[in-house]
Amino acid sequence: MTGPAPGGPVPPPMPKFAAAARPALADTGLRRTLRGATATLRERTAAAAAETADWEDLREAGRAVGEGALLGLDTHLEELERAVTEAGGTVHWAVDAADARRVVTGLVRETGATEVVKSASLATREIGLNDALAGMGVTVRDTALADMAVQFAGDEPSHLLSAAAHRDRAQIGELFRREMPAAGPDPAGDPEDLAAAARAHLRERFLRAQVAITGANFLVAETGTVVVVESEGNARMCLTLPETLICVAGIDKVVPAWDDMEVFLQLLPRSSTGDRMTPYVSSWTGVTPGDGPRAFHLVLLDNGRTRALADEIGRAALRCIGCSACLNVCPVYERTGGQPYGPVHPGPIGAILTPQLRGVESAAVASLPYASTLCGACADVCPVKIDIPDVLVHLRGAVVESRRRRPVPTPEMALMRGLAWTMADPRRHETALRRGVRWARLLSRGGRIRRLPGLLGMWTEARDLPAPPAESFRAWWNRTRR
Amino acid sequence: MNAREEVLRRVREALGGSRGTRPPVPRGYARRLSEAEAATRADVLALFTERVADYRAAVRHVGADELGTAVAAALWGREAKQIVVPADLPFGWLAELDGVRALADTPAVDIDTLAAADGAVTGCAVAIAQTGTVVLDGGPAQGRRALTLVPGYHLCVVRADQIVGTVPEAVARLDPARPLTWISGPSVTHGIEMTRVEGAHGPVHLEVLVVED
Repeated sequence: MTGPAPGGPVPPPMPKFAAAARPALADTGLRRTLRGATATLRERTAAAAAETADWEDLREAGRAVGEGALLGLDTHLEELERAVTEAGGTVHWAVDAADARRVVTGLVRETGATEVVKSASLATREIGLNDALAGMGVTVRDTALADMAVQFAGDEPSHLLSAAAHRDRAQIGELFRREMPAAGPDPAGDPEDLAAAARAHLRERFLRAQVAITGANFLVAETGTVVVVESEGNARMCLTLPETLICVAGIDKVVPAWDDMEVFLQLLPRSSTGDRMTPYVSSWTGVTPGDGPRAFHLVLLDNGRTRALADEIGRAALRCIGCSACLNVCPVYERTGGQPYGPVHPGPIGAILTPQLRGVESAAVASLPYASTLCGACADVCPVKIDIPDVLVHLRGAVVESRRRRPVPTPEMALMRGLAWTMADPRRHETALRRGVRWARLLSRGGRIRRLPGLLGMWTEARDLPAPPAESFRAWWNRTRR
Repeated sequence: MNAREEVLRRVREALGGSRGTRPPVPRGYARRLSEAEAATRADVLALFTERVADYRAAVRHVGADELGTAVAAALWGREAKQIVVPADLPFGWLAELDGVRALADTPAVDIDTLAAADGAVTGCAVAIAQTGTVVLDGGPAQGRRALTLVPGYHLCVVRADQIVGTVPEAVARLDPARPLTWISGPSVTHGIEMTRVEGAHGPVHLEVLVVED
C-alpha cells in the first residue's frame, strides 16, 4: 500500500492548550465571529428547552438510556451486528485508527472508485481517512458547507455544528471563489449565495458518485438501524444516491432500542440548533432493494473508546450525542474557538474526550482538562447530563498521577513536593512563611505584586497577586494570645 | 485474535463487574400533547400547520375534493413544467394538472431526468404536529428516497389522520426496517457563522398540503 505507514500519518506535535489559544485570543475578528455565533445559538437552544415542558424528564431519560447503552455495550454490539447483517449490510470492526483506515481503503479500492463523497463525520477525521484515501489516489469530497471551507483552507474543524465556525462569511467567500470558480459565488459573500454556490459545485459530484462515506448519530442495536441527523441534505445525498455506502461510527453511538430514538430525537435538535426538529433525519437498516445503495458497510470503531469505558467516571463522556451545546455556553470556548483543543473534538466535551481516547502522555493532551474554569455551565445544558466539570477534575487527577512516576519530576511536582516537606513541620513552615512574606513585600508595589520571579511568574502572567500583610495570622495569634 | 473479538474483549474487560447492569430508565416525559397544547383534534392540525410554517415552508389546508386543484395550483405557482411522482401516487392528486408533465417513477427515472425535474409530489407515512415534521417511509404514494431529494421542490400531501401529536407517537407508528426520511422544512446550512441559511443540498422549497376530510 502506498500512502501512510502502518502506524498512520505522524501528526505534528500539538502545542499545549494555553499556547495554542494565544493566536486565537489575539485575533479580534475571530473573537467577534465566535461571540456572535455562540450567543445566537445560546439564545435559540435556551428558548427551545424552555418551550419544552418535559425537558428535564427528557434529559433524565437521555442520561439513563445512555448509561444503559454503555453498560451493556458488548451485547448491544453483537445484537447490532446480527441485525445489520440480516438486513443485507456488512459489519466491520476496527481496534484503532490504522485498522479502520485499512478496512475503509480496502472497501473503496474494491469498488474501483477514484472519488468519494463524504458527509460530516468526526470518526473519519479521527482516523485520518482523507489522507489515507488521497494516498491511494482517491479524491475525497467533504460535502457539508463548513467542511468544504475547512478542506479548502487546510484547517482543522472548530465546532461540532459548523467546522468553519472560526471563519466569517467574507473568508468563506474568498475560499469558495478560489477553489470553485465555476460555481462562482457573488463577491459580496452573501450567505444565500454561498449556500447556492456549494449546492451548484457539489451537485454533479453527488449525482455521479459511486461511493459515499458517512458517519452516524445513532446505531440502534435492536433493529440494526443507522440514524443520521443533518440540515443540509448532503448526508441524504451520500446515503441515497451512490451504489456503495460506507458508514464509519464509534462504538459509543449505540443505543439499545428503536423506542429510545423518541428521547434523542427530541434532545438533539433542540440542544444543537434550537430547532424543534433538524431539517433531515434519515434512518436505514441494511439495504433496501430499489431504494438507495446496493452495498452497505458499517465500520465499528474502538480507537480508545474502550479505554474511556474502563474509567467509571470518565465513561460518561461516551454518552455524548454531539449536540455542541457545551461549546456554546463555555466561556473558554467562546474566547479561544475550537482549534486549541486539538484536531478532532473541540470544546468542553473535547477536553474530557480527547484525553481519554488518546491518553494523557503528551503534554498537549494533558493540558486539556485544565482548559476550563470549572464554571459548570456545560453540565447545566448537556442534554444527556454529562457532568463535564466532574470528569475534568477527575482527569486532572489522572494527569498528576501519570506524572508522579516520572524519573524527573515536573516543575509543578517538584514545587508541590517542596511545599509538602516545608509544611510538614511547624518550625519549617513558620520560617518559610516569615521569609516568604519578607520577599513578597519587597516585590510588591502599591500593595500588589505584578510579577513573580522564575516559574512562579506564570501565575502572575494574567493576574496580580496581593501583597501579604506584614504580620501573618500565626504571628498575630502568638503575639496576642500567648 | 481478530478485530471483532478484540473490541468485544476490551469492552467486557472495561465494564468488569458492572457489565450488563441495566439502570432504570425514568420515562416521565410526555408521550402525547397536553391539553394546553391541543385540546381537540382541530388543535392538533392547527399546531402542525403553525409549526410547519415556522420553518418557512408553505402549508395549506384543503378539502379532499379540492386536492387535485390545490396540487395543480401549487405547481403552477412554482412554474413547474415537469415533475416526478411515485408510481403509486393516487390518480386524483394529479387529475387537474394542465401543462405540467408528471413522470411516474416506473421504471425508475434516470438520475439526469430526476435532476432536471422541477419538483416531486408525494404523500407521507406520518406527520408530527409538535415539531412540524413529515416522515416518509417509502410506503404508499412516497416512492424511493431520491425522488424527494434531488429535485429542488417537494410538494407533500398529508392526510389529516396521518398527523400525530408528538415524536414518541411517531416513533411508535414507524417501522425502522424501512428507510425513513424525516423532513422539517427546506434544506438549511449553519456553515456560515453558524446562522440558519436556507437552500443547501436538499430541496430548497417544501410545500405541505393538509387534506381534511
